[in-house]
Amino acid sequence: MEINIQPLVPEIIMAVLALLLLLLELFVRRKETVGLLCIASVTVAAYYMPQSFGKAFGGMFISDGYSVFFKFLFFINLILTVLLSIRYIVIERVNHGEYYALMMLSTLGMMIMASAGDLIVLYLGLELMALSTYILAGFIRHDIRSNEAALKYFLLGAFSSAILLYGITMIYGRTGTTGIALIGAALAEGTVDPVLLLSVTALLVALGFKIALAPFHMWAPDAYEGAPTSVTAFMSVGPKAAGFAALGRVFLTGFGPLTGEWSVILIVLSVLTMAVGNILAIQQQNIKRMLAYSSVAHAGYAVIGVIAAGAEGLSSMMNYLFIYALMNIGAFAVVITLRSEGFQGESLHDYKGLSRTHPVAAAVMLVFMFSLTGIPPTAGFIGKFYIFKAAVAAGYAWLAVVAVVFSVISAFFYLRVVMYMYMHEPEGEPLTLSLSPAIGLALLITTVMVLIVGIYPSPFLAFARIAAG
Amino acid sequence: MQYYLLIPFLPLGAFFVNLLLGRRVVRGQAHWPSTLAVLGSLAVSVMVLLDVLEGRTLNEDLYRWILSGDFQVSVGFLIDQLTAVMLIVVTSVSFLVHVYSIGYMHGDPGYYRFYAYLSLFTFSMLMLVMANNFLQLYFGWEAVGLCSYLLIGFWYQKRSASDAGKKAFIVNRFGDFGFGLGVIMVFLTFGTLYYLPVFDNAGDLAARSINILGLEVNLITLIALLLFCGAVGKSAQIPLHVWLPDAMEGPTPVSALIHAATMVTAGVFMVARLNPLFSLSPAAMDVVALVGGVTALFAATIALVQNDIKRVIAYSTISQLGYMFMACGVGAFAAGIFHLYTHAYFKALLFLCAGSVMHAMGGEVDMQRMGGLRRYMPVTYVTMLIASLSISGLPGLAGFFSKDEILFRAYSAGGVGVVVWVLGTVSALLTAFYSFRLVFLTFHGGFRGTEEQRHHLHESPKVMTVPLMLLCAGAIAAGWVGIPPLLGGGGQFSEFLAPVLGHPEAEASHAEEWMTMGLSVLVAAGGVLLALLFYLRNPEIPVRLAERFRPLYSLLWNKYYVDELYDAVVVRPTIFVARNVIVGFTDGALIEGVVNGLPGLVGWLGARVRRIQDGLLQHYGAVMALGLFLIFAIALITLS
Repeated sequence: MEINIQPLVPEIIMAVLALLLLLLELFVRRKETVGLLCIASVTVAAYYMPQSFGKAFGGMFISDGYSVFFKFLFFINLILTVLLSIRYIVIERVNHGEYYALMMLSTLGMMIMASAGDLIVLYLGLELMALSTYILAGFIRHDIRSNEAALKYFLLGAFSSAILLYGITMIYGRTGTTGIALIGAALAEGTVDPVLLLSVTALLVALGFKIALAPFHMWAPDAYEGAPTSVTAFMSVGPKAAGFAALGRVFLTGFGPLTGEWSVILIVLSVLTMAVGNILAIQQQNIKRMLAYSSVAHAGYAVIGVIAAGAEGLSSMMNYLFIYALMNIGAFAVVITLRSEGFQGESLHDYKGLSRTHPVAAAVMLVFMFSLTGIPPTAGFIGKFYIFKAAVAAGYAWLAVVAVVFSVISAFFYLRVVMYMYMHEPEGEPLTLSLSPAIGLALLITTVMVLIVGIYPSPFLAFARIAAG
Repeated sequence: MQYYLLIPFLPLGAFFVNLLLGRRVVRGQAHWPSTLAVLGSLAVSVMVLLDVLEGRTLNEDLYRWILSGDFQVSVGFLIDQLTAVMLIVVTSVSFLVHVYSIGYMHGDPGYYRFYAYLSLFTFSMLMLVMANNFLQLYFGWEAVGLCSYLLIGFWYQKRSASDAGKKAFIVNRFGDFGFGLGVIMVFLTFGTLYYLPVFDNAGDLAARSINILGLEVNLITLIALLLFCGAVGKSAQIPLHVWLPDAMEGPTPVSALIHAATMVTAGVFMVARLNPLFSLSPAAMDVVALVGGVTALFAATIALVQNDIKRVIAYSTISQLGYMFMACGVGAFAAGIFHLYTHAYFKALLFLCAGSVMHAMGGEVDMQRMGGLRRYMPVTYVTMLIASLSISGLPGLAGFFSKDEILFRAYSAGGVGVVVWVLGTVSALLTAFYSFRLVFLTFHGGFRGTEEQRHHLHESPKVMTVPLMLLCAGAIAAGWVGIPPLLGGGGQFSEFLAPVLGHPEAEASHAEEWMTMGLSVLVAAGGVLLALLFYLRNPEIPVRLAERFRPLYSLLWNKYYVDELYDAVVVRPTIFVARNVIVGFTDGALIEGVVNGLPGLVGWLGARVRRIQDGLLQHYGAVMALGLFLIFAIALITLS
């Protein structure tokens, strides 16, 4: 059998370079260099991406527009979070080189998930991604909160992995295959029975866990709050997007014939997720926890794109995740700048009067908060607009209305940050921001992109639309 | 022709520079980015004009923001003859005002803010005139309104200034409400917001009517009148003219740029731009002509008795805008735009001269306390005199050609046209009178101010007088591109605009054209002579007249009590309802109840739900498992 490895070239490059980086780390004194090498490695992998289109291993691994879009998203996520980390992990006193290698390995897992044409490959990617992320979450070994976050994430993640495997077994028993496209073909004829439903449910729960859909979101606030902030930014975007990539492929291709069945369940979960995420975010005084609930809520919006299905629904979901990545990482970047030696900077009260003491940081945060709320001319508006439009076009106008109502509720806690920054006087000791060229670059990229996508969205929309096929 | 993009975006760039760096870095040098940017826009506008003169026009979308079914939100530019003229008017006047303000606003604490707003205004106005669709027109329309508000209230510490800003904004809401409805109606009727398809299809819909509350209304008439509501507000026509005189609270360069030369003419531009729509509705055209004619006369009568130098010019502006609508209403769109173009120069000049006078008088605006200033400020005197001659219609000057064109077109149109021709001719008499009343009171006779003011009298610096001289050249020569064939000219201006605005058919003979022209020159001369008699030869006459016709005088002095009327009919009832119903009931009981109640409820709910999130891993796992079984159960029940 002739093996075509062309589609795997970016993954192979990532794997080899990640391991090399791990090795090289022993000889490099300045760990910042490792971070930069990590970014360089990603660039190399990205360079080979356009030539990678095709299928390998009999359709078990697929590189198509859909997967390439997500892989670029993972790369953006990785590059931006590396930029956030360089100074931050010094402050947290965990400046070890394997940090960057783990991030690369986790990204490799995501890439495999996005390209999985087979449930077994999907599982492989998911575990690689998850295991690396567990370690990253507990990376601040001397901080009990970080340990707690990692442990909780790991145990519940193991639980969800078991559910995933259970679902895969069921579907294998029912259809005799684990190939996603083959499952779709097998289900096209035939009836719905409880075994099939159990399998659908199990896969939904397992992937719902990764994207933090309620009620499988409960790990998220604890893990996000305890994990190093740069890792929180990383895992609030990457694994979530990877989960969406898998969800889109498995449910629209594999379970396509059952759309009527699972979309009902997904609608319920979407509404529940938006409700839980937005309502609980109001309660939070810790900004990381608030952003954790906010990211739960955003999964609720994005999943509407999957419910709407079709090329329009998928592309709106992909577009939303891209925008979400930019604004969420941007917001976390501001949170990170507030952290300095001996100062947590995680309470909402720390943002009081920020516009007086650090007007630029406040203005940048304002942009992200507006974008997360969905106020034009920021990217967040464009993302929500097309999600809602896809929902309306697919006949779920009421769902779009519900989502708008929750968006309005979300304005409360996003704009509260703005209110603290602009309408309160500074309190206590004057803040010093931990700035570095790297984080400045990350903030610049995210701010500018959030504004550009908000003002000139057409090329990005077109990219997502072409990628969605 | 891609370089045309520089025209709006240079000022936008300057706005951001001054906005972001103004307070810290640029400060006293804030005029540099803004002035250079608008100079660049002017240069590019000239290049665009040359292109258009060679017959190259352009209509393209720069980019699309949102697409939803038929509904498209795009930024697109339409560059044709009309746009080219407007670009030259806006950028040239704007540039001179920028330069003038260097002297006028010198040392103001908000210097950078002033230039930031001025740049933003220039950008918005350019977007308005370059739009190729209704929505962008609307965007520009609202954006210039915002800048107007910001600049009227520029000295916001002054109560009257911030009140005037609010008044301008709120009064414009009334007109813009109609304008917005008009844009929506256009979209509903035509399924697109682009000008050209709308114009192409308008003809087929000319006879269609819709039923509103049992009344059959012609669709095109309805759309045209709704859109015209916006023009009435923005261009300060009756009954929404009340904001413009108050807008004089803003810095004088702002009055010259926004409230004389450019923004207030946006209404005229809009009617001319949409002439294929308006032309289809005779009823709407008659309304436009009559509103214009009545406003021209009405505002001119008020200007007769006012003593505030800027308010006289403000009423004069309202009156001249009336002329422009008059022209549009009788189908002579080119004549309307011609007057818009000449008016921009002589009216901006009048305002800037008034500003120069105020500069010398330490902010004094009451003409009764001036007098004899020509000895102290010769440049201001001469330029203002020429501007006044121009607006009065002295043959050979800019104002003569454009005003004459309007009056002749009105007369030859017949029907309503004759009525507005009479209104216009009477207004011409009054215009000459009040313009020279202003000149004589300000620059002739003896000085009536305080000794201290006399001590400070001086000519303004070069940076202010040079723009005056340049505008003066415009006030003299701007009309020469539109000399009618009757006087040996080629009427090039209306020929140039004919591809966009069409040809009005003149059905009058040469004899009649001579008659209207002769008459308008005669009344203008009469007006000047009357002012001469009243204010130089025999200053007791106006005093005695005022006593003799006390009721009429106080009617004019109080501007027909329109403000008082609105206060009684609109403002006070609104405030009453706002206080008692909105604040008392709706806000107090209903909204507060919901607003305070809902978060309370949400918070209560949150606190309950939060208990599940107790940090215990076993509970999290249990919830997950429970969720799994519930979903499976629901799926099983609903599907079997």
